[in-house]
Amino acid sequence: MAKSFEELQSIATQVRRDILRMVCKANSGHPGGSMSSTDVLTYLYFNQMKHNPATWTREGKGQDMFILSAGHMTPVYYSLLARTGYIPVDELATFRQMGTRLQGHPSVRKNLPGVFQASGSLGQGLSAAAGAALGKKLDGENNFVYCLCGDGESEEGQIWEAGMFAAHHKLDNLIAMTDWNGKQIDGNVDDVAGMGDLAAKWEAWGWNVIVADGHDFQSIAQAFELAAAGKGSGKPTMILFKTEMGHGVDFMAGTHKYHGSVPKPEQLEDALKQLGETPLGDF
Amino acid sequence: MKKYTDTGKKDTRSGFGAGLLEAGRANKNVVALTADLKGSLKMDAFAAEFPERFIQCGIAEANMIGAAAGLALTGKVPFVGSFAEFVTGRVYDQIRQEVSYGNTNVKIASSHAGITLGEDGATHQTMEDMALMRALPGMVVINPCDYNQTKQATLAAAKYVGPVYLRFGRPGVPNFTDENEPFVIGKAIVMNEGKDVTLIATGHTVWEALQAAEALEADGISAEVIDIATIKPLDEEAIVASVQKTGCVVVAEEHNAFGGLGEAVAGVLAAKCPKPVEFVNGGDRFGQSGTPSALMAAYGLDAPHIAEAAKKAISRK
Repeated sequence: MAKSFEELQSIATQVRRDILRMVCKANSGHPGGSMSSTDVLTYLYFNQMKHNPATWTREGKGQDMFILSAGHMTPVYYSLLARTGYIPVDELATFRQMGTRLQGHPSVRKNLPGVFQASGSLGQGLSAAAGAALGKKLDGENNFVYCLCGDGESEEGQIWEAGMFAAHHKLDNLIAMTDWNGKQIDGNVDDVAGMGDLAAKWEAWGWNVIVADGHDFQSIAQAFELAAAGKGSGKPTMILFKTEMGHGVDFMAGTHKYHGSVPKPEQLEDALKQLGETPLGDF
Repeated sequence: MKKYTDTGKKDTRSGFGAGLLEAGRANKNVVALTADLKGSLKMDAFAAEFPERFIQCGIAEANMIGAAAGLALTGKVPFVGSFAEFVTGRVYDQIRQEVSYGNTNVKIASSHAGITLGEDGATHQTMEDMALMRALPGMVVINPCDYNQTKQATLAAAKYVGPVYLRFGRPGVPNFTDENEPFVIGKAIVMNEGKDVTLIATGHTVWEALQAAEALEADGISAEVIDIATIKPLDEEAIVASVQKTGCVVVAEEHNAFGGLGEAVAGVLAAKCPKPVEFVNGGDRFGQSGTPSALMAAYGLDAPHIAEAAKKAISRK
């Protein structure tokens, strides 16, 4: 059942708490992009995707699929898999520990439900999502395939190969999202390898392009509604979600510093206080 | 000694094309992808009969590997085809993550492998591909020797569940194996029994090894010839049993000196049956332009070189 924006806000807060507590416990991981994409993925998992954790299989028959192309965003991914019932919430404590199903980057070799494909080496997930979308079309299925890319990740040439492929094969059941936070590990995307007008680039490849505020549930909801309406247009959809790296905690927000490093213990306490507690409770 | 007859030169890639068509008829989930090399990969017949299941990817191999993995997720059995270099070295990381680590049911159809690609020269002639694919955990590596075996290997790959690297070539070569012999992945094929030396070969060098065995027989040397069509998993038992009997071995492959069949066999024998090993391969070199047969001779991969290596191996017993 769809959640109200208020409920989603509370869940997203809990997801951000999970992200921070996971990376701090593991003393490693990628909180920055996880926190910028939290609201978008919370909406996707709770209100948008047609999926059922109880009947999940890797083939994804009769269900929507999600592929995390930016594979380092595992903290937000695993938190949502836990909060939607794919895995026990307490398992989040095993993130990045020896023997865990919750590998640093998504693995399909640990029997982790909800994960369709390995990712981590950047630029590849969109191709896999396009292939899965084509597979669903060949089978006459109506479900969507969703894929989340990073804006930094889009420096990879393969992203643009996938752009060409998905448009050429008219994959209007593919909804890609870019977590457009403007940051990557070495700094601002514009300083590292500026890509110019992302929206114009995707439009030029023949995609439906939607620009939305990735921290406003109203805007997120409208974007997904528009994207789903693109079915039948013969065009794949790219939603460019304007976001802020490290969103939700003042000292982490808007800096690339926490792309791939974690707060100190006293900073964690401060961050959790800023976020506040939720009825869902911590793992 | 069993004599093999060349029933007429055929390219192994056409064996792949014929196998793909038959696999497509047997299983509606078989799909084929190529990066602008439909004709070279002999996918035309499949594309004509199953237009919806033929997926043209354009000259974008990295995306093609990922798209194949995505198709495999939904239950399809994708064959991705291009020249050997462009479906290995060019996309090694994509294969590693999307196919091997991702454990997707993707079949990599690798044509124009080795030096016999010929006139296009070194940029297109990979002699490193088997090393790259062997190194990937769980990857099955198959290098059939003629048209008939390539067709059967394609059918076997379509039935096998898991990543497969299927390597074949461009030029017309002798077609001499039984067209009805089913291909068994992981099984060595003893082509000829002998007692003085074992000749282990794969792909195009199998015919050369058979010719070498005939020449050696004329010199009074009895050579056992083994076709290792599956490089990985390697039929260690068959190799050890043969070399225990003959006491020495030559390993011939259309690949360079590193990481291919030669090192694989040497590794097994070092651990289980240390005997003299001689290597027939492309060495530490790139290829160059030339006709396939001229290149096979120039790079020391033909029958006379295998026979010479056999005598050297015997002398080291």
